[in-house]
Amino acid sequence: MPLTELTISRHNPLVDPSLHIWEWQIAVYLFLGGLVAGLMIIAGVRLIAIRPNQREALVCCTIGPIAGLVFLSLGMFTLFLDLAHKMHVWRLYTTFQITSPMSWGSWILLLVYPALTANALAHLPEAIPALARRFPVTLAWSDFILRREWLVVAIGLANMIVGIALGIYTGILLGTLGARPLWNSALLGPLFLFSGLSTAAATLHGILMITTPDKERPAFADFLLSSLARLVEAHPLDTRVGPVLAGADNSFLTIEAAILCLFLIGHATSTEVHRQAASLLLGGPYTAVFWIFVIGTGIVVPLILQTLELTRRIRHTLAPAVLVILGGLALRFILVYAGQQSHWFEALNR
Amino acid sequence: MPRYAMAIDTRKCVGCNDCVAACKTENNIPLGYTRDWITEEVHGAFPTLQLEIRSERCNHCDDPPCVSCCPTGASHIHDRGGVVLVDHDKCIGCKACIAACPYNARYVHPDGYVDKCTFCIHRVEEGLDPACVAVCPTHCMHFGDLDDPESDVSRLLASRPFHALIPEAGTKPCIFYLT
Repeated sequence: MPLTELTISRHNPLVDPSLHIWEWQIAVYLFLGGLVAGLMIIAGVRLIAIRPNQREALVCCTIGPIAGLVFLSLGMFTLFLDLAHKMHVWRLYTTFQITSPMSWGSWILLLVYPALTANALAHLPEAIPALARRFPVTLAWSDFILRREWLVVAIGLANMIVGIALGIYTGILLGTLGARPLWNSALLGPLFLFSGLSTAAATLHGILMITTPDKERPAFADFLLSSLARLVEAHPLDTRVGPVLAGADNSFLTIEAAILCLFLIGHATSTEVHRQAASLLLGGPYTAVFWIFVIGTGIVVPLILQTLELTRRIRHTLAPAVLVILGGLALRFILVYAGQQSHWFEALNR
Repeated sequence: MPRYAMAIDTRKCVGCNDCVAACKTENNIPLGYTRDWITEEVHGAFPTLQLEIRSERCNHCDDPPCVSCCPTGASHIHDRGGVVLVDHDKCIGCKACIAACPYNARYVHPDGYVDKCTFCIHRVEEGLDPACVAVCPTHCMHFGDLDDPESDVSRLLASRPFHALIPEAGTKPCIFYLT
């Protein structure tokens, strides 16, 4: 049996013995980026589809965008934490490099803020009247938007387009790095987009579950939630949208599972380096965590639970939402870490 | 316009690390980091094993993925000789170029920016060889212009069998190993 053995004297930190330049900061950023992308797309669709006094949409096109602004800021902060030359971060915005997905992403992130803010403002006074009373200007902005149908459509479309760009970019960012065979697939873009959509639908579903009065909830949690609701004088959200979100989440999870399947088939039937990369998830060190936390508790279990909820065999709970969110987070962590383990040299050396 | 390249004779290289030490001294590389290194590759089936010793560094590829993925333009191809360089002032330390390099030739300098071999362009512009080439005790390293048919590199590549590292990656590396 012929062998090939490499002895390399290089010893650079973060590079040797195996690449580990990107850690939790990038995984969390990719997760939050996907989540915000999903919130934008859902918000855009609902803003265009909403009818007057249809309060059920508020969780999607007001609460979702507000949460999205918070998540995006958190994501950009973790991205900043990852930078090694932090004081030079402004350099991102002095140029546009057409071949760099990271350059595209940094400019897309700037578009997300105004799009999400406009979407949130459209129905903000209706959702949180206390805020509108304290800042009457929000009422004027809301009126300005809602009186112009073309503007409502434009804001909705902008959210959908920027959301799709943001969701796909997080996958393309890794997919274009051909030196890491596990990442080298165009399917990472749609995979992260649909994973983001499923976590966004789960987040909105989770918000509905948390804010719905529940006798079985611990008294302390109930006190906190009711105090918060009183503080902002928020209208109770309509729980009728819950089944819609659960149904949408099931569709997104099914598509995500199909793309993951294609992703693995593509690698497993490709070149030796890609087969070796796929083996990290199919018999290698990341197999157990991938199949348990991404496929098992992240996709299959929530699919079953939400199907039972939709067929009224069990009541709607927070459990599937939490599982989907953790599954989406696990997907980013596993792909970021496993991708750095995959390499041309190591694959050729085996 | 020259196109700088290196031809390294693996039949002469003994892996003495002189090139590594010269690079560290010339370029003031911090302790614990390295721009070039020695790789020993053994292949074959016992007892007919073959050993190849290589001095490796950034391959200054013709199609460098580290340049195309850089979001600020810090990684760039130098006007003279197609040498791939990093503008330290523009680098934000996002490390995308490190992930994009199939040769793992880059690292994060303790000062925050990404660093790598420059082919000692400051010496080359003064008409000197890169430090690693200049000190090699076995004269196994040759530096020159690939577009000049009379250069050492061009003549060696025309007369000797050679290979590059991971040509399958499609980056068109400009360091060639004579066998």
